[in-house]
Formats: sequence, C-alpha cells, structure tokens
Amino acid sequence: MFKLSRRFAQIGLLGLNKRNIDFIAAYNSRSLYPLVDDKVLTKELARKAGLTVPELFFTIEIQHQTRNLMALLRDHNDFVLKPSRGSGGEGVLVISGRMKDNFRASNGDLYSLDELSYYISRVLSGVFSLGGHPDKAICEYRVKYSSVFEKITYLGVPDVRIIVFQGVPVMSMVRLPTRGSQGKANLHQGAIGAGISIATGTTLSAVWRNEIIEEHPDTGSPVSGLKIPGWTDLLTLAAKSYELTGLGYIGADIVLDRDKGPMLLELNARPGLNIQLANQAGLLPRLKKTEQAIGKLKTLKDRVAFARENFL
Amino acid sequence: MNKLHVSILAAILTLLGFGIFSYKAFYLGFPLRPSDQTDAWVVEAHATFTGRNKPVKLEVLIPKNSHQFLIMDESFISRGFGLTTQDKQENRQAVWSIRRALGRQNLYYRALVRRNTLSSAPPKYKTPGLSASGYEGALLEAAKALVEEMRSKSADMESFVSRLIASIDATPGDPNVKLLLGRKFSSFKKVETAARVLAVALIPARVVHGIRLDRSTRYVEITYRLEVFDEGTWKSFDWQSRDLGASDDFLPWWRGTDPLVQIKGGDHADVKISVERYQEGAMAGVLEGSDPANPGLTSISLFHLPLEVQSIYRVLLLVPLGGFIVALIRSVIGLRTFGTFMPVLIALAFRETQLGWGIVLFSTLVALGLMFRFYFEHLKLMLVPRLAAILTVVVLLMALVSLLTHKLGLMLGLSVALFPMVIVTMTIERMSTVWDELGAQHALRQGCSSLLCAAVVYLIITVKAVEHLVFTFPELLLVLLAACLMLGRYTGYRLLEYLRFRALLKVGE
Repeated sequence: MFKLSRRFAQIGLLGLNKRNIDFIAAYNSRSLYPLVDDKVLTKELARKAGLTVPELFFTIEIQHQTRNLMALLRDHNDFVLKPSRGSGGEGVLVISGRMKDNFRASNGDLYSLDELSYYISRVLSGVFSLGGHPDKAICEYRVKYSSVFEKITYLGVPDVRIIVFQGVPVMSMVRLPTRGSQGKANLHQGAIGAGISIATGTTLSAVWRNEIIEEHPDTGSPVSGLKIPGWTDLLTLAAKSYELTGLGYIGADIVLDRDKGPMLLELNARPGLNIQLANQAGLLPRLKKTEQAIGKLKTLKDRVAFARENFL
Repeated sequence: MNKLHVSILAAILTLLGFGIFSYKAFYLGFPLRPSDQTDAWVVEAHATFTGRNKPVKLEVLIPKNSHQFLIMDESFISRGFGLTTQDKQENRQAVWSIRRALGRQNLYYRALVRRNTLSSAPPKYKTPGLSASGYEGALLEAAKALVEEMRSKSADMESFVSRLIASIDATPGDPNVKLLLGRKFSSFKKVETAARVLAVALIPARVVHGIRLDRSTRYVEITYRLEVFDEGTWKSFDWQSRDLGASDDFLPWWRGTDPLVQIKGGDHADVKISVERYQEGAMAGVLEGSDPANPGLTSISLFHLPLEVQSIYRVLLLVPLGGFIVALIRSVIGLRTFGTFMPVLIALAFRETQLGWGIVLFSTLVALGLMFRFYFEHLKLMLVPRLAAILTVVVLLMALVSLLTHKLGLMLGLSVALFPMVIVTMTIERMSTVWDELGAQHALRQGCSSLLCAAVVYLIITVKAVEHLVFTFPELLLVLLAACLMLGRYTGYRLLEYLRFRALLKVGE
C-alpha cells in the first residue's frame, strides 16, 4: 500500500481529497458556481465576451409558454432541446428535421408538437436536473459535428474536455462515445477517453473501461495520432473561461462545428479526475508548474503559449 | 496558512480534551472501564397525570426492602405536593396529595437499589391466611378439576406448581384452563389464574409484579412471577422456565392484583419505570462528593441528570463518533454512501433490532419502497408530493412487516417500527435518482456500501467500553472534534483510488 502511494505520488496523480481541498475549495469561490451550473447564464456570459457558443434560440421558463411552441419553432427545423441545469448529458433531445407536422429526432424517432411540449414540461419540473429542482428548458443551435472524429466515434457526440487552471490549459482529452456507452460521453458509462497533447493537439493514448487501448472497439480505427485542426483556437477558447467566470480550476467542454469551428458547450466547476487515466499522466506536476509560473503570465497569449511549451 | 491554523486548533482541542480526561481519570478517579459489578441500580418511577383544578390524591406503589434487595437513598421529586409513604397490606405506597392541580403534572420517585449481601436465606413467615379464590359455580368446578388432575401427576409442591404453570401456558389449552382464562387474556391474567387455582387447592399464592435489573433501560416492562407459600417461606416461580428459576435480577415492586397507580381527582395517571446501572465503586465515591475540595468538575458530570435524560445522552454522545466513522470511510477509504449521516441513523436503529435482523428488515423496506418509487415515476409526479407518497408507502410497509412477522411469531419484526422512516424515504429517493442517472449497478453498489458503513458504525458504537468512555468523559468529544478537523484537511489518496487509477501504474515502467 505504501509502495503504491509512493508510485502514485511519483506520477503526480491528483486524488479526490486533494482536488477538493487544494484546488476546488482554494480556487473556486462558491458564489461563482451558479455561473457554470446554469447553462443559460454561462451562454449569456460567453456571448457577451465574444466566445463562440451554440446560438440560443429561446428559453422556456414557465409551463404557460409551451402554448406558443409552434410559433417559437416556426423558423427552426434543426435544434437541440435541453435542461439548463442538467448533468451528464441527461435529457438532451436533438431534433434534426421535420416530417410534415412532426419533428424528427437524431435517432429517427418522430415527435409531435404535443409530445415536445410534454417533454418540455418534464424539463421544467426538474426531472433531469440534479436534485430535482425546477429548471428551465433551452432551445439552441444544433452543432454540425466536424468530421475530425468521424472514424473513432460510434453514435453520439464527441467532446473535448480541457482542464483550465488559473487560465492555463493544463490537460485535455476527447471523450468518444461507444456502442457500450449508448452514445453518451461519460467515461464510467463506457465511453473512451483519449488524451490530447496540449503542445500539438494530437490524440495520445486512450483508456476504455480502465484499460489502455489502441483502437476504437466499434470502428476499429486507431485512436491515437489524430491531429485536431485549429488546436490553438480551442486552447484559447478554453483559457478565456477563466476571465469569464473567475473560477480558478475549471473543466471546459468544447465541441467542433463543421462550419463555425470550436464552440464552448459548457463549463464544469468540479471536473473529474479520469482525464489523468486518458492521458496516462498525473495532473499535479502540471498544476505545480503553473502555480510557479503564473506570476509571469500576463496575457491570454502568454498563458496559451506557456501551456503549449510545457505540457506534452 | 489554513493548514497550520487547522493543525494548531486541532492540537489545542486534543490537549484540552485529553487534559480534562486525564485529570478526571487519574486525579478524580473516574473509572476508565465500565464496572462489571452490577450490585446496585438506580430505579426511577416517573408518574404523570392531568389535573382538573381540584384536590388530587395519587397513590403509587413503590418497592420495599427484601432479603434480596435493599432500597436506599430514596428521593421524591414533587414540587408543591404533600407526601406520605405507608404500608398497604404487603406493599408500600407513596401518596401524593395537593389542593389544586391543573394540567399535566410530573412526579418522580427515585431510589438506589442495592443487592442485599448480608442475609441470603429467605426469611421465615407464619402461614398466611388463605385468600379467597373468588371462583363460583362452573369456574370453581373447573378449578377443582384442574387441581385434581395436577395433584395426581405431581409428587410435591414444586412439581405441582410447575405442572400447573405448564398447563395454563400450553397453547392447545386444557378445556378447564380455557374456561378459567376466558377469551381475552394477558400474561398477567395467566399468573393471576395460577394464584387463584392454588387458592382452590388451599395453597397460599400471590402474583408478584417487578422489573428486571439486567441493563440500563428507559421504560422497562413490568414482568410477573408467582409466589407460593411452602414450608414457612414464599417461593418465587419464574413463569418462563416454570420452576424456582433464578430471581437474582428480578426486583419485586409490589404483590397482589392492585394497579401500580391509583388516582382520585385527576385523569390519565400513568407511571413509567426506568432502570440505570449504578456506577459502583470509584464512580460512586467520586459522585458522592468524596472530594469536597474540588466540586467543580464532578458536579457537571452527566451522571447528575435525571435517568431518562441520561439514557438519551448515552445514545446522543455516540452520534458524533458515528459521524466521524462515516467521514473516515468516505474520505479515506472512498466508499460512497447515501447521505452523510444516513448510515449513523441506521446504525442507531440497529441497536434496537440487532445487526442481522436490522439488515434484513432495512433491505426489505428499501427494496419494496423502490418498487413503488419506480411505479410512481411512471405517474410523473412532482417532487414533494412524490416524497410524501413514498413516505406514506414506507409507513404502511413498516406496519405490514410488523403485522406479518407478528403473525409468524417473530417478535423481532416489531422493531421495524424503530427505523427512522424519513431516513428510509430519503434513501429510497436518492437510490432511485442514482439508479436513473448512473444505472442499477451504481445504485446497488452505493446501497451496499451504505449498509456496510452502517454495520461498521453499529459494531463500534455497541462496544460497552466505548459507550462508557464517551458518557463518563464527554470531553473526549473535543479530541474527536480535532480528529474531524484534521480529516477535513486530509489530502492523501483514498483507498479505492488505488483501484480506480491502477491502469496508471504501468506508466513509465
């Protein structure tokens, strides 16, 4: 046991206790949490700061508004409905087209207008939000996924998670849904986590169900060595979330749109630790390095450059 | 800075806690271990009634000296009431009276009961007058038939009484016994019937009401024995074992068929009796003020509280310890539990139900509750009404489990009522949320670790020495507080993280 502990310390593994006390409690002021827990607020902030986010079409806050749903949806054939405070991709409904009066979901199901408004009232009553609190429903732009990850994704939405510490992107991974995860991008539900080199933007090793893998189990394509285009833009987008929220230790979730490039999907004030498995590396050495250098990093550019120089 | 602050605070608390502890233990001589000797008990009768703003006379039967027990240090707490104690036939009673009493009144009788070590042989009495059996007609005939039958099958007084008890207790009863007992009968009625049948056989006998002095309990149950006069002494028969079974821990409270409490001019008179093991030896010396030079610390001991309150604190003081164990299991081992203190409360409930039964009952309740919860999910209810609905179902299920187990003759099933139902409800709700969000595997795993955690807490808080230590030395909680603070700043790995991140170990090998 003692030997194991030493080995982990050597790798620089960040454990839950240390993350909670030395990073989340120390750098994330609790009063700022609502900024990231409520996706409407996050989106509004990001839009004001000039960050690219999926465009917000409208929100529904009270049951009464579902009566005007037809009018609200008149100009949209292609959109995403989701809860504002949902977590882990729960309750996301992706509509990709219309069939006469019905709406076609991305998995092929058809929804009538009544079914959509019933779905929205479920969102409002808090069925999908953590703790069951009443919620808002968001209708937003449907991201047209870029073909970058096409060969190593089965269904679902791959997203890039970047851990940002005091404005410096320190570690990153892409979460690739599998058949086993049923299109969800959560690692413990069976998605693949592939580390991404901060320096180059290419995928590194990958982990699936606690094992290191080379190929996507469903498509058979190699997971590593994939270069993500416009990597600096992604890093910059993530790094800006620090100024945006004031939270010092944050996980930024970014998706790649075919036409509009990287978009900030959501922010997380308690990002998970599995990213270390995906990268086969501990977070601690990178966090320490950042802590030492942070005084000299004046601008956003400095921070991104620092990250690209120092973190593989 | 923060870390230093916490460490210094923890150090001060630890020093303070251990300081007071060692002062009490080594200078004042508070006992470090629970005393094994149980030669003395404090019994307390708490009488209550409701006054009607009229003169009230309340008579409560109280125990008296016997060859087995000596009643010492009696005290009566009764503000404004006149008090006399008097003998009433073979019993003693306290009579409280007052000119006017309105509303609910509380009166206490408290005594130290010590085992009588001086005389061991039961005293000799003159043969008492035989009391009338009170049976007439058919009942008298039935009793006589029963006596004949018993007499033909027994050799002496002892076997006669044992046989009588056996036949009254037998479940497909003798027709004569059925007639005598009547349709509805209590365990008291059985003992009383035995005494009356013995009167028909011209053997003096009486019912003894008393309490068991085997552990500290709030609200002890009154139990009965049968006393039969034989060869100049009263011999006491145990009802369960049907013989002259050990009566060492049976404190006779009163004899005959009188009620424990009688009232004139008031309503709802009731008496509850509690028993507390008296801290003999060192503790007694300490508490009785053997050290008048320093009354300060001894006078704030919890032992001075009324017995009922003491019993509550014996449990309450264990709760922080349970909380600390849960914290330890969560942040050092890394097990996830439903709610922080749910395992502590479940562990407290286990104290009443015993561990094995507790786990079975709790799992059954939660499993059944979950089924209803999933059904309610289909009905698309709002959160709070849904919780209220689950609570209702849980209470109904608890009643059902009690009824079923009672029908099956399993008395332990009745203790299901001791489960904190709100905790059960919240467990069901949280478990189903986890089930929905992360899947059945997670929900079951978390449920099992909660139960495991509760079992660990139970095993620790039921250690007698632990209970004794925190109750005698509550200042040890300061040390526990310090430990909690330090645990709150623990940044090491959790045990389960070694498992979770084991794939990382191959790095750089």
